[in-house]
Amino acid sequence: MKVLIIEDDVEAAAYLRKAMDEAGHTADVAHNGDDGFAMADTGVYDALVVDRMLPKRDGLSVISALRAKGDMTPALVLSALGEVDDRVTGLRAGGDDYLTKPYAFSELLARLEVLLRRQNGGEQETRYQVGDLVLNRLSHEVKRADQAIVLQPREYRLLEYLMRHSGQVVTRTMLLENVWDYHFDPQTNVIDVHISRLRSKIEKGFDRPLLHTIRGAGYMMRD
Amino acid sequence: MKRFLAVFNTTAARLSSLYLILFTACAVFLVFYMTGSAERLLVRETRNAVAEEVLDLGQVYRRNGLRVLVREIDRRSRRPGANLYMIADNTGRILSGNVIALQPGVLDNEGWTTTPFVYARFGDEVDVIDDPEKAPHALAQVIVVNNGMRILVGRDLGEPQRFREIVRQALITALGVMAAGGFLIWFFVGRRALQRIDRVSAASARIVAGDLSGRLPVTDANDEFDRLSASLNTMIERISKLNDGLRDVSDSIAHDLKTPLTRLRNRAEAALSGSAEGTDYRAVLEDMIGEADQLIKVFNALLLISRVEAGFSKQTLDQVDLAAIAGEVSELYEPLVEDAGMTLVNAVEGPLPIAGNRELIGQAVTNLIDNAIKYGAKPEGRIVLSAERDAARRTVRLAVADDGPGVPDADKERVKGRFVRLDESRSKPGSGLGLSLVSAIMGLHGGELTLEDGDPGLKVVLSFPLSTA
Repeated sequence: MKVLIIEDDVEAAAYLRKAMDEAGHTADVAHNGDDGFAMADTGVYDALVVDRMLPKRDGLSVISALRAKGDMTPALVLSALGEVDDRVTGLRAGGDDYLTKPYAFSELLARLEVLLRRQNGGEQETRYQVGDLVLNRLSHEVKRADQAIVLQPREYRLLEYLMRHSGQVVTRTMLLENVWDYHFDPQTNVIDVHISRLRSKIEKGFDRPLLHTIRGAGYMMRD
Repeated sequence: MKRFLAVFNTTAARLSSLYLILFTACAVFLVFYMTGSAERLLVRETRNAVAEEVLDLGQVYRRNGLRVLVREIDRRSRRPGANLYMIADNTGRILSGNVIALQPGVLDNEGWTTTPFVYARFGDEVDVIDDPEKAPHALAQVIVVNNGMRILVGRDLGEPQRFREIVRQALITALGVMAAGGFLIWFFVGRRALQRIDRVSAASARIVAGDLSGRLPVTDANDEFDRLSASLNTMIERISKLNDGLRDVSDSIAHDLKTPLTRLRNRAEAALSGSAEGTDYRAVLEDMIGEADQLIKVFNALLLISRVEAGFSKQTLDQVDLAAIAGEVSELYEPLVEDAGMTLVNAVEGPLPIAGNRELIGQAVTNLIDNAIKYGAKPEGRIVLSAERDAARRTVRLAVADDGPGVPDADKERVKGRFVRLDESRSKPGSGLGLSLVSAIMGLHGGELTLEDGDPGLKVVLSFPLSTA
């Protein structure tokens, strides 16, 4: 995928671009808001990574200007301001996700991929399947190899989120945000415990693991 | 002298001098108006009295002739406090009456004298009329009888003149006293105000120079100066608190972040100095990233504390249900607590509506449960979340209790500070920022964080003000 990075910190932008290349994407860089808007306006990018504080024109106004023109390219806002109200203003301006500096590159990449997938639909599906594990979103039933699995409501939502993003890395923060709707860093491995409980329910008695731990990044549902 | 002049350079002085000028003008007008009209009134009365007497005497003359008239005048002029009477022949020689001398020319014209004239009365010195300042003045009517004889009937003007003099004197004295009083009040009030402003300026100068412990003087008067000083003091208090907070943070950062940074550096150094084959660079790098992440977390926590303490998001307080938050957080933590071999009991019954920020309260409760797992741990231990409404104090108290070793009374306040870690817990992971953040969050909500004895264990209580809605 082709990503536009609008970031005034030259070093950070270069690092991001290199990391994007290594992850198999191509990335262009703009160092100020005006250039960024002009480049994004060409419409050739699949996603935007926009720093909030930029010279000439701030990141949020770049995004809202694009949205005003009907350009819905998914945008991930980067910011040194991480409080709840900042996040709200960021999302209100048309950003699709919000990441606070400093961030781990794996986190950024995972979120970008999720944004792209969201772009291609996937929310409307009524049924998710990974290997022989099937989740029916209408009846809320989960079956593996035709065997019903009983889940707590929260476990169900956790699995639903993981399966919707199967094949993608899902980080712990993303899970806390999307399943529990809290935006802080849990101090201990709270999410890991929930994952391991879920894992024991969907994998116990089966040979093939479906819920994989991605070291240094998060988790992934994959056959 | 400069100081004296400065008194005039105040609003109070300018206002009072303006009032003084206006007041003087009014008073002067009043003096002239009152004396003038009183005099006119008295003169008119004098004229009326004289005219009446003339009419009366005219009747006597017409009825009984000149001889009786002369006798009548003679009789009247002997009465005590009588009007002025004089009969003179055509040469001006005085024949009868109680006037012994007159200003020359008064008898020349018949009718009313146009201006007051001087005269001497029977019993006065004749030469009194030579000194018009001291001599009595009078108004009179002159009648010329057929044979050229002149009859003068008049009345002394001493009374209206004296009256005018008295009123004028009294008013001038009053004006003088008033001016002096106004000046004194203006001087002392202005000076006093000036001195107090000087004291306030001096105190502010000290504060500006960096002595944030200084306060503006507040007297017992509770006047507008005191109220101003008091509110400025509150402001300085707040600034000082923020300043102290900032200093605390920088001190703490210097002390407590040096250690992990040194550790990070040492690890990199050790990896470099080891033999290239024997070192698992990947593992070392991953360790270092982990260490760096931990540092970043500490920084984030510090920043969040500062921003919460600065009250940045007071506007983000919404109606939230404390019971719902407690439910969500305990649901989030239950598996973790169970893995630690303990039980998490959520005994909070809702709804408990308060004005709050869901994210921050969630984080606060999270920190407390984290602490309970880390420091309140014991086999089969229980962590209990409970809440009660304290209607009397208009608060909602949310408590997180464990049955661990607790915290000694002496340390209950201290542990709320930044980077404070009790000796028993130094070996366990943590930054010493958890309770500081909770304390800051409670401050933002207008609530309070208290540590109580759980008997056994520790009971941490978050008291939120009861929502009025």
